[in-house]
Amino acid sequence: MRQSMTIRILSALDRKSWLALATFLALTLVAVPVLHLAVAPDSVFHVSAYAITLFGKIMCYAIVAVAMDLIWGYCGILSLGHGLFFALGGYAFGMYLMRQIGRDGSYQSDLPDFMVFLDWKQLPWYWSGSDSLWWVALLVIVFPALVAFVFGYFAFRSRIKGVYFSIITQALTYAAMLLFFRNETGFGGNNGFTDFKRILGYSITSPNTRLVLFGLSALMLALTLIFARWLVASKFGRVLTAIRDAESRVMFIGYNPLWYKLFIWTLSAVLCAIAGALYVPQVGIINPSEMSTANSIEIAIWVAVGGRGTLIGPIIGAFAVNLAKSWFTVSFPEYWLFFLGLLFIVVTLMLPHGLVGLWKTLRQSRGARA
Amino acid sequence: MIKSLLVMLLCVFCLPARAALDASLVRQLADEDSSRKVAAISALTQAADPDALRVFKAMDEDSLFLAGGKVVVIDGDQAFDAVTGVPLKAPDSPEPISVNNRIRGELANAMAALKLFDSDAGVRLASAQKLQSKAGPELAPLLARALEKESDARIKDLLTLAHAQANLANGDPGARLAAVKALAGSSSPSVKSLLLPLTDKSLESNTRVRYAAITAVKDIDGRMALTENLGRVFSGLSLGSILLLGALGLAITYGVMGIINMAHGELLMVGAYSAYAMQSLFRAYFPDAIDWYLPAAVPLAFFAAALVGVVMERTVIRWLYGRTLETLLATWGLSLILIQSARALFGAQNVEVANPAWMSGGIELMPNLTLPWNRIIIVGFALFVLSLVWVLMNRTRLGMFVRAVTQNRAMAGCVGVPTARIDTLAFALGAGIAGLGGLALSQISNVGPDMGQGYIVDAFMVVVLGGVGQLAGAVWAALGLGVFAKLLEGWAGAVIAKIVVLVVIIVFIQKRPQGLFALKGRFAE
Repeated sequence: MRQSMTIRILSALDRKSWLALATFLALTLVAVPVLHLAVAPDSVFHVSAYAITLFGKIMCYAIVAVAMDLIWGYCGILSLGHGLFFALGGYAFGMYLMRQIGRDGSYQSDLPDFMVFLDWKQLPWYWSGSDSLWWVALLVIVFPALVAFVFGYFAFRSRIKGVYFSIITQALTYAAMLLFFRNETGFGGNNGFTDFKRILGYSITSPNTRLVLFGLSALMLALTLIFARWLVASKFGRVLTAIRDAESRVMFIGYNPLWYKLFIWTLSAVLCAIAGALYVPQVGIINPSEMSTANSIEIAIWVAVGGRGTLIGPIIGAFAVNLAKSWFTVSFPEYWLFFLGLLFIVVTLMLPHGLVGLWKTLRQSRGARA
Repeated sequence: MIKSLLVMLLCVFCLPARAALDASLVRQLADEDSSRKVAAISALTQAADPDALRVFKAMDEDSLFLAGGKVVVIDGDQAFDAVTGVPLKAPDSPEPISVNNRIRGELANAMAALKLFDSDAGVRLASAQKLQSKAGPELAPLLARALEKESDARIKDLLTLAHAQANLANGDPGARLAAVKALAGSSSPSVKSLLLPLTDKSLESNTRVRYAAITAVKDIDGRMALTENLGRVFSGLSLGSILLLGALGLAITYGVMGIINMAHGELLMVGAYSAYAMQSLFRAYFPDAIDWYLPAAVPLAFFAAALVGVVMERTVIRWLYGRTLETLLATWGLSLILIQSARALFGAQNVEVANPAWMSGGIELMPNLTLPWNRIIIVGFALFVLSLVWVLMNRTRLGMFVRAVTQNRAMAGCVGVPTARIDTLAFALGAGIAGLGGLALSQISNVGPDMGQGYIVDAFMVVVLGGVGQLAGAVWAALGLGVFAKLLEGWAGAVIAKIVVLVVIIVFIQKRPQGLFALKGRFAE
């Protein structure tokens, strides 16, 4: 008997998870705006603009972490190229923001400042239409999906897996970074896109715009979580886990892993791109360093710290690592790399299931004692 | 031969020589008018009498004077007759003969031309080289004569070129045509610029000469492109050697342990900093032997990197066998720690590692192709390390064990190979080779805390392309990648070349997922 769509989605999460999710949304969509706008800045309960930007940013990272977990935790494919998809989404949306500057740039031209600086007379063809939000939104989804699909098709078809796949994705991202660093490719070179002024006509620095972007990130994170939960619980998700655990056996049973891998890979890339598009207006800059090897590997460590193969783990990991990062880089900038390096080692050596796994073991041992 | 030798002797001892020089021409050297002076120089040169050299030299040194209607050479308080070389009584009021820049230039050419008739082949060679690209039309007959007499093949070649150049402005189209044809065999850019005017219709009226010139320029262009490409192939080889030094260690560690060592680039960095440390040590204690700090740094680089490798293997990597993806993350963590340690120890800025004096300069193969010594030495060093590794892997007990573990870990363990110890040793070996690679790298690029990051992607590409655990594969892949990248760089620029190389590798992996030299049979997955 086929269940209706609503029931299927509702049954994706149990009652406790729905409650947690509702609390999260109430916090981010109601409590934070009220605390930011209505409470006086000197009050203890005031949420500062800095905190909103920071948490908005981390929620975007959390979406990326969930996307990474779908491909790594559930399908066993470690991608070192997720920074590329994140940046592609960011660049597409960044161009929209560049066009929104209009004639308010330092050269008072219709073209973005960096193009005037390079003495370009018109927009390159691939950026045509980038002044429309709808077109850009489409671009954010379609272009990274296309890149992921084509690359994934060729990689998975010839059964590149394990570290080979990781290294090839790393090389791909590296090549893209070199390309984006060039001035003549039309991506703003070293500086990337920055100095944004407004979005849909609203000032990008106003508290209300910030709160809307913050709320959108929270909503997107919640949607990603529900969708991912539903996906991994479905039959499709079970085949994915089977591919992770014994790919050749799955093939012998009669499944073709290619399409399963390709779908989850492309989906993961699109989620990253959406996160990138939400990230750029909040942070106010996108440049090629987002595609550096280090960034993509850091995504993997968020997932590993939180716990692979669970959906809440990556979110916890993204929050824990990034909060630690913003604290360290302010208080002890020279020790951050030591800490991060140790984190990589400790998590892989001692916490193979991350914080979530640690929590579970602790609870079990307490339960055993009681 | 004997005659010219005699003349030399006469010159040297300044004995009364035969009155061979034309007295009126020598007198003309003292003329007021520069053009007449030039004419005299040219006429004296045409006579190809080595005795004229003496007069020219004196004139060039401003010791030629006019005294009482006679041209005299005054050297200190002695005086000689310029025409005969006979000593004279020092004249009372010698009048100096003025020499302006134009005349000085003419003199230099004339002296070079006269030296073509010197008895010493070395002097003739030097003079022939000097006349390249400078030979004016007035020298043509002289060069022709020198050419006739010359027996040394190398000098003869140079003279032919100079003669042809001198003949390019000859009034006779036949002579010009012959000259153009003779020059077509050259590959020097200066000859090309000499020929270019002859391809122009308004400057060269004779069609046959013009066509010959056009073909000659094309030929020269072709040869210049060839030397340029040869140069690129060579720099590709040297890049390939660096890649090879980086990838050899990686191939061993990945082959033996199935481990992706993301900290491999940082082991290169350790090697490069060893060179820096050794250089500082030599500067402080043995400043006289500073040029030899590099050989002294070789063992240090190897053992320092090997030590770091052993510590890495013992503390972290050995707990992660069989979990390759996790190893990748853990070694990345190690690389971050190593980078930050280097920053703490040596500062965040790049440090300066100087080339020893014996590594500067190069070999000039062709007029526009010079092979720098430091690159040649690096290629040689890579070959040396490669042969060492080959011997170690194929001719020693340790190498046999390493190969055994690579092929079948469980079986090797069963027959008594201490696999855990072999792992540590193989890792140390791989790390040490990376250290040597870093040492080589310190000679051609910047040494800084994050220098390893730039090479790690390339080194992985070599391993992927060459096939895992295959020394031969790594060699071919490294050299091939290096040469291919440099040739591409020549016409597409460095960044596009890099991107194309990566795309080519990705496409290549489609066809041969296990690399160039895939294992066959039961070892294949």
